[in-house]
Amino acid sequence: MAKFLLKRLLLAVPVVVGISVITFVLLYFLPADPARMYAGPNATVDTVNRIRHQLGLDQPVWVQYGRYVSRAVQGDLGYSYRLQMPVSQALASRFPYTLELTLAGIFVELLIGLTSGIAAALRRGSWVDSASMLLALLGVAAPPFWLGLMFLYLFAYKAGLFPLGGAGGLSHLVLPALTAGLGGAAWYARMSRSSTLDILHADYVRTARAKGLPGYRVLFKHVLRNAMNPIVTMAGMDIPWFISGVVLVEIVFGWPGVGRLAVDAVQTADIPLIMGTVIFTAMMVVVSSVLIDVAQAWLDPRVRTD
Amino acid sequence: MTSQASPLGEAMAPQASETFLALAWRRFRRNRPALFGAVFVLLLVTVAALAPVLAPHDPAEQFSAGLTDQGLPVPSTLPASREFILGTDQNGRDLLSRIVWGARASLTVGVLANGLALGIGVLLGATAGYLGGWIGNAIMRFTDMMMAFPTLLLAIALAAILRPSLGIIIVVIGAVYWTWIARVVYGEVMAIRERQFVESARAIGASSGRIIFWHILPHLMPTIIVWGTLGIANNVMLEAALSYLGIGVQPPTPSWGGMIQQGQNFYRAAPWLVIYPGAAIMLTVLAFNLLGDGLRDALDPYQRR
Amino acid sequence: MLREPEARRPLRLAAVMTVVSLLAAALVACSGKSSLGPDQQAGSQTPAAASSGPQSGGSLTVAYKDDLATLDPAIGYDWTNWPAEKMVFDGLLDYDKTTNLEPRLADGMPQVSADAKVYTFTLKKGVKFHNGRELKASDVAYTITRVLDPKTKSPGAGFYTGIAGAQEFIDGKATSVSGIKVKDDYSVEFTLAQPDVTFLNKMALNFAFIVPKEEVEKWGDNFGHHPVGTGPFVFKDWVSGQQLTFEKNPGYFMSGLPKLDQVTIQVGVAPEVALLRVEKGELDLMGDPIPAAEYARIKDDPAWKNRLTTQPQVSTIYVAINTQVKPFTDVRVRRALNMAVDKARIVKLMGGRGTVANQILPPLMPGYDKGYQGYSYDPEGAKKLLAEAGYPNGFETTMEAISTDPQPKLAESIQQDLAKIGVKMNLRTLASSTVIDDAGTPKKVPLVWSGGLAWIQDYPDPDDFYGPILGSASAVQGGWNWSWYANPEADRLADQARAMTDKTARMQVIQQLFKKLMDDAVWVPVYNGQYDIAHSEKLQGEPQDFAHPEHTLRYEYLWKAAK
Repeated sequence: MAKFLLKRLLLAVPVVVGISVITFVLLYFLPADPARMYAGPNATVDTVNRIRHQLGLDQPVWVQYGRYVSRAVQGDLGYSYRLQMPVSQALASRFPYTLELTLAGIFVELLIGLTSGIAAALRRGSWVDSASMLLALLGVAAPPFWLGLMFLYLFAYKAGLFPLGGAGGLSHLVLPALTAGLGGAAWYARMSRSSTLDILHADYVRTARAKGLPGYRVLFKHVLRNAMNPIVTMAGMDIPWFISGVVLVEIVFGWPGVGRLAVDAVQTADIPLIMGTVIFTAMMVVVSSVLIDVAQAWLDPRVRTD
Repeated sequence: MTSQASPLGEAMAPQASETFLALAWRRFRRNRPALFGAVFVLLLVTVAALAPVLAPHDPAEQFSAGLTDQGLPVPSTLPASREFILGTDQNGRDLLSRIVWGARASLTVGVLANGLALGIGVLLGATAGYLGGWIGNAIMRFTDMMMAFPTLLLAIALAAILRPSLGIIIVVIGAVYWTWIARVVYGEVMAIRERQFVESARAIGASSGRIIFWHILPHLMPTIIVWGTLGIANNVMLEAALSYLGIGVQPPTPSWGGMIQQGQNFYRAAPWLVIYPGAAIMLTVLAFNLLGDGLRDALDPYQRR
Repeated sequence: MLREPEARRPLRLAAVMTVVSLLAAALVACSGKSSLGPDQQAGSQTPAAASSGPQSGGSLTVAYKDDLATLDPAIGYDWTNWPAEKMVFDGLLDYDKTTNLEPRLADGMPQVSADAKVYTFTLKKGVKFHNGRELKASDVAYTITRVLDPKTKSPGAGFYTGIAGAQEFIDGKATSVSGIKVKDDYSVEFTLAQPDVTFLNKMALNFAFIVPKEEVEKWGDNFGHHPVGTGPFVFKDWVSGQQLTFEKNPGYFMSGLPKLDQVTIQVGVAPEVALLRVEKGELDLMGDPIPAAEYARIKDDPAWKNRLTTQPQVSTIYVAINTQVKPFTDVRVRRALNMAVDKARIVKLMGGRGTVANQILPPLMPGYDKGYQGYSYDPEGAKKLLAEAGYPNGFETTMEAISTDPQPKLAESIQQDLAKIGVKMNLRTLASSTVIDDAGTPKKVPLVWSGGLAWIQDYPDPDDFYGPILGSASAVQGGWNWSWYANPEADRLADQARAMTDKTARMQVIQQLFKKLMDDAVWVPVYNGQYDIAHSEKLQGEPQDFAHPEHTLRYEYLWKAAK
């Protein structure tokens, strides 16, 4: 298992390096002058040039990249112009929020998605099935930022049940987590419904039932465990999209996470911060896929020997 | 999905394929949600095509009657707004006309970006799948890398650098979505290339390009149609998200995501600015998803559901 | 982005939207007694609302959407951190309730030599930094030298390059600035290379707030997050992304100040949320502007009467016309644009917050010309002018604006106005950094909508409204002269005014200068903003304490009624 994990991690390295190269080169062509943004309007052209030189922005792109990487491997991701703090510090202060929202969103995703999907499969053809599949269809189709605004309007503004955004206690988390999770929940509902249906018809389940095992034991022992496989695979595919969704949700709800930081950084041409947020988010994606691979390997030993 | 045999079968005669299509159509017709999707998509295309005729007003015209004395949008309930069936937007423009015209932007982006993504995705996926070896491996590694890129951040960075316009948005979305196509096509081609009719083509000395184009591509059609349809749904959503972040189609051209972005500050004073365009996006995405699912069920009955 | 009623304002420029000034009457009344002592000043605080007078004690919580970047006065150049910096630090000079300079750390106004080149400041004795050390003249020299030092990367360095020897120091040819001399522990002398009457204004800027060397060196780059100054409040604690806490400086050198025991700045609070919390009484003060849609709801609500402080801003929002791009090289075309824009509708789109502008300087800025009529709204006349200039059928052009609400909406209104005179204007809405970069590139953008980006004064003097944004020295790559207007005649007038010590005569030259700029139609001035501050009923202070022309918030004067 350890060897498998190590192999997966090693494979992830070129991905992160590649992403950093692409982002860095893209940013080099950003039509904004970071030195000017830093220097402000009253700075003379001399001052701007001096600042550009001090920030190393007058060097060729590969030199800048080389310097960036050599520092990054030591944990120094540069200094944010706008926030006036090391990028790593900014990420460290915002990451807990993103993590909180991501985990809560995944919780919503799995809770709503799996329960409604499995319930739909077990009661195939009933109103439970139709209702949960209709919800699933709508959940996939609703733009997350719109859903967020609708929730804000209905539950926070009209009903006054939740705060109008921002981070804080549990009450602040409910609406953003629902928004982040619902789209994914819809996918999981469809997926878990169909894989549960498949397994319900599989021979071993029929046998188990025929042997007179109680329904819930069949459900937990055979159905759920086997239904997990395609679901876990899907989770791996879903992650980059899920994290993109979290970015939008953070913006709608004024959630102080990494995604919001990234969008703000693009607005202000804060290049070290854009670099930092993109690479950090990419690493989140990569690490989650490794975790999911491991989960898959644990669920299905055949994968390990692949 | 990858290991399933394509229903188009081995070396098929035209007649057989007709039968296949007829079969598919029969299956499709029985699928009511899919039919709904198809009808709605047709309707949408009609609305977009006939926007100049259907829209009650010029979508760019900012009416002076379109703003209240406080400078707020006019809701549809006021008597003054019988003219504005869904009310007006923050600039005093007719919301209904903008939603009708917005269908154009959304569909244009959805379809063209999709074409681009399919082009890149099929080309790279098929090449990688057919050639395999280190080239195939390199292509798929690259695809994996692009997939790990946080989609929206990539799109934001690209759009910021390229300066938003309709064309750029299409390119950006295409550049994001192709990875999915490539991965699916790669899997399919890997399975197909081992099959007999490919072997025989190779035996009579057909070139790789010829084999991919004439022998493998037709077998990919169901996949391409299905992913293409689902892709439109995806791209409409992504366009809306980009517009929502302020980097979409440029004003005064209406796009649904852009309408939500500009209207969101009024979401309490004038919720209709957000509700209607969002509903339009949702229905469109829903319709394309239903259609795509229906097509998959119809074209690929062995596909596990 | 959601709940961003105004553009993100990365720079102080923006900040200064907040800038508010007094009524002209107040200006006139105060202009005679410009060097009011600080103690007198403090004593003269007469709160408008309560009869019981200002009370000490209590705490204030204010909320902003964005986290503060820094509290290092040499670095911060942003509208949220300037008032916060002012809690912790003091300058040698400060403004009274209006825009008149008065001494703060200085013991009286400085001695100015006859040629307006040498300024000698004497410090108050016994003023202590929060670390207990007494303020000395060497701290003043250190502060200004630090701002100039390229290693500091201060965006404010440009304000002090007029000091003799500053350039040599910046270029590394000298180890100190020859024009800054510490004469003894309590007096310091500045010598300028050229006479500049605005030097005193510059010494009242946040960049010139006095910092203690030992603390700066102790914290290094992190000084901005661990600020130590002489100010009315002591910095306590900063939880990044959440809140900052400040406590009363019990030994503050201005007696009776500050009133409050504690100030908490919460960040990451969306404006609507902040407004709702003010409404519920959970929050004392909203730092960001009230969202336009919400403003329409509360402005006539009697429940808000005592919770809304409205002040005009000293700001002009405009369209910069690139005078080097065809067809705007023709002054008739530029004038036609001035006549084509329906400014009243734009003010309406802003929810009525603001007044239509007819000239470059805002009404409360010294030098504003009350008699000037400007161009009136006249699409037909505009069409005629265009025909005269050889464009009877109009032309196609492009305007850039930032993509943050409400700017695209205002820009779209202009787009429609121009369409009415046959001009097809393409609109590009972009990130602010991109617009700034494009606008500062020669011949790139024909029109720039300044909303959310506009250069706004750093100090209340019309000179600051010319040089950085309309002078030929700033019509360079990366400059802020987005009209790309370079007129030696106008430069000469500005230089002349800068060296004039007689205020009345100087204002005449200023008016001549700005009239010329309007004749050349380098901008379409669209509206002058208005500042609306939402606060709890308990929080008291004069309007200028909520919205001071230079500082926005003056925390040390605000107080809390114990209701």
